[in-house]
Amino acid sequence: MSTLDTQTMAIEAHGLVKTFGENRAVDGVDLAVRAGTVYGVLGPNGAGKTTTVRMLTTLLRPDGGSARVLGRDVVDDADEVRKFIGLTGQYASVDEDLTGTENLVLQSRLVGLSRAQSKRRAAELLESFDLTDAASRPVKHFSGGMRRRIDLAASIVVTPDVLFLDEPTTGLDPRSRGQVWDIIRDLVAGGTTVLLTTQYLDEADQLADRIAVIDRGTVIAEGTSADLKASVGRSSLHLRLADETQRDLAERLVAQTLDTTPRSTPEAGVITAPVADPDLVADLMIRLRAEGVRIDEIGVQRPSLDEVFLTLTGHAAEDDDTERTAA
Amino acid sequence: MTTTTTETRAAERSASRVAARVDRPQPPSALSASLTLGWRSVLKIRRIPEQLFDVTFQPVIFILMFVYLFGGAVSGSTQEYLQFVLPGILVQTVVMASLYTGISLNTDIGKGIFDRFRSLPIWRPAALVGALLADSIRYVVAAAVCLAVGMAMGFRPDGSVFDVVAAVLLVLVFAFSLSWIFAFLGLVMRSAGAVQGVSMLAMFPLTFASNVFVDPSTMPGWLRAWVDVNPVSHLVTAVRGLMAGGPDAGDIGWSLIGCAVLIAVFAPLTVRAYRRKS
Ligand SMILES: Nc1ncnc2c1ncn2[C@@H]1O[C@H](COP(=O)(O)OP(=O)(O)OP(=O)(O)O)[C@@H](O)[C@H]1O
Ligand SMILES: [Mg+2]
Repeated sequence: MSTLDTQTMAIEAHGLVKTFGENRAVDGVDLAVRAGTVYGVLGPNGAGKTTTVRMLTTLLRPDGGSARVLGRDVVDDADEVRKFIGLTGQYASVDEDLTGTENLVLQSRLVGLSRAQSKRRAAELLESFDLTDAASRPVKHFSGGMRRRIDLAASIVVTPDVLFLDEPTTGLDPRSRGQVWDIIRDLVAGGTTVLLTTQYLDEADQLADRIAVIDRGTVIAEGTSADLKASVGRSSLHLRLADETQRDLAERLVAQTLDTTPRSTPEAGVITAPVADPDLVADLMIRLRAEGVRIDEIGVQRPSLDEVFLTLTGHAAEDDDTERTAA
Repeated sequence: MTTTTTETRAAERSASRVAARVDRPQPPSALSASLTLGWRSVLKIRRIPEQLFDVTFQPVIFILMFVYLFGGAVSGSTQEYLQFVLPGILVQTVVMASLYTGISLNTDIGKGIFDRFRSLPIWRPAALVGALLADSIRYVVAAAVCLAVGMAMGFRPDGSVFDVVAAVLLVLVFAFSLSWIFAFLGLVMRSAGAVQGVSMLAMFPLTFASNVFVDPSTMPGWLRAWVDVNPVSHLVTAVRGLMAGGPDAGDIGWSLIGCAVLIAVFAPLTVRAYRRKS
């Protein structure tokens, strides 16, 4: 690692390992997160996301490997690390019996704000997070979305330099999810580095500058959302015919011009086909016109992150090496 | 739709507020962090007053039951027995109340909130010390209930107010020291039920096999041997002495040594278990 890298990296992990009995929950995870960016850790249930976050936030001691947050070692300098981080765990980490205000005042006092400052900050956060009406209700009577927001608010009573969010929007409706996304974007605009775990591809796609896909405790792919999509390979052609009776002719032209086999789709008049070279699509359009095939709609789509995820986790064992794009 | 506009406005508001940077001040001192976390437990007592059952109704029932059921048989008159047994029941109630520390700690730690505390740059044992300090409030309630019921039934301490207060303080210090054992059990046991079971097992020889209810002179030798070394017996003798206006320095001394030993052994064990808790 050059000094330049160490200065700009907010989180670095090398070969992190955590075993629970026989189970290697995290099995050699490497991460490098640039300061001021959002990093998405994407993985199915049991992939090791929470375990990784717990190690990075000093709650769990790694069995192997090392990790640094803002250059401080999470084991040797745990107390230092805690001065710079905020954490919203996967499961509600506010006190159910206390009210929204009490929880935020408690949190503010614990980070060292004075009594008066704590009250002011609590009121301010409740307002920002649209929770003022619920301020004096015990958290156990909050809805899922409200709980998530109070939890998030509790981790930013003082602005953390690095914020860890473990599945911040799981179980939220689309509007609440949008609110949480806005909050995250605000924090990043203010200079906070965010590492978030998620099972939602669109969330990673929307928020994260870079994404690590982890499965069974290892990083199976890493890169920007575009990198990952490209790593799955080919784009696909999507063609809708104006006249269904021309399907055979059209399929033949697609097969000849693009040198692939069109996929059958259940939708009437729709042909899709993998495209190795998007340039050829221009040729295809000329030939379709020449043969008199009338089209309603034509486009070349890059693979969705959903396809990436399925491809990567579905064939992780054999494709592991070829699909590891960047490190 | 009105809700949509409110949401949008809220989102706009959040944009300015959340982004406004709040710098992290110096972390709180160990004392301040412990007191803040103690305050949290006090708030919880206020919100769930049922938590106080064992320090309110239980001593009342114990006093009534023991005095009227056994008083005549043990001491010849209920009044005389009350004078003898009340300091003992006070000790027993407060000591029993310390058991709750382990149970509540065990339930609490199962939830995510301790993760949050542990990810803060505060003195690590603050969450434990805070919980233990807040439990002292329960002990004060227990002591007050015992004394009030006892006085209403005719208990009259011969000692001065100062002696009585000193007696209560001694019991509080002892319960605080003892609660480290239960805190330790609360941390290492898997469930709150298990904590309760094991703690109860420890509680019976401590409180019943003592001089709380009867004078040990009629007990068989082997039992007396235990009763004589049981720290609760020393505590009860010390409290009786204080309340009767004739404090016994020896028993007070032994009780305090017992407290010191309990803390010296179990506080480090507990803190270590807490650190290791994953
Ligand atoms: N304290 C623990 N003791 C034993 N096994 C554990 C513990 N914590 C996690 N595991 C195991 O480690 C593996 C990874 O778990 P982890 O919680 O990190 O997954 P995750 O990616 O966060 O999953 P999810 O999306 O369901 O939250 C799982 O097989 C889990 O059973
Ligand atoms: Mg998880």
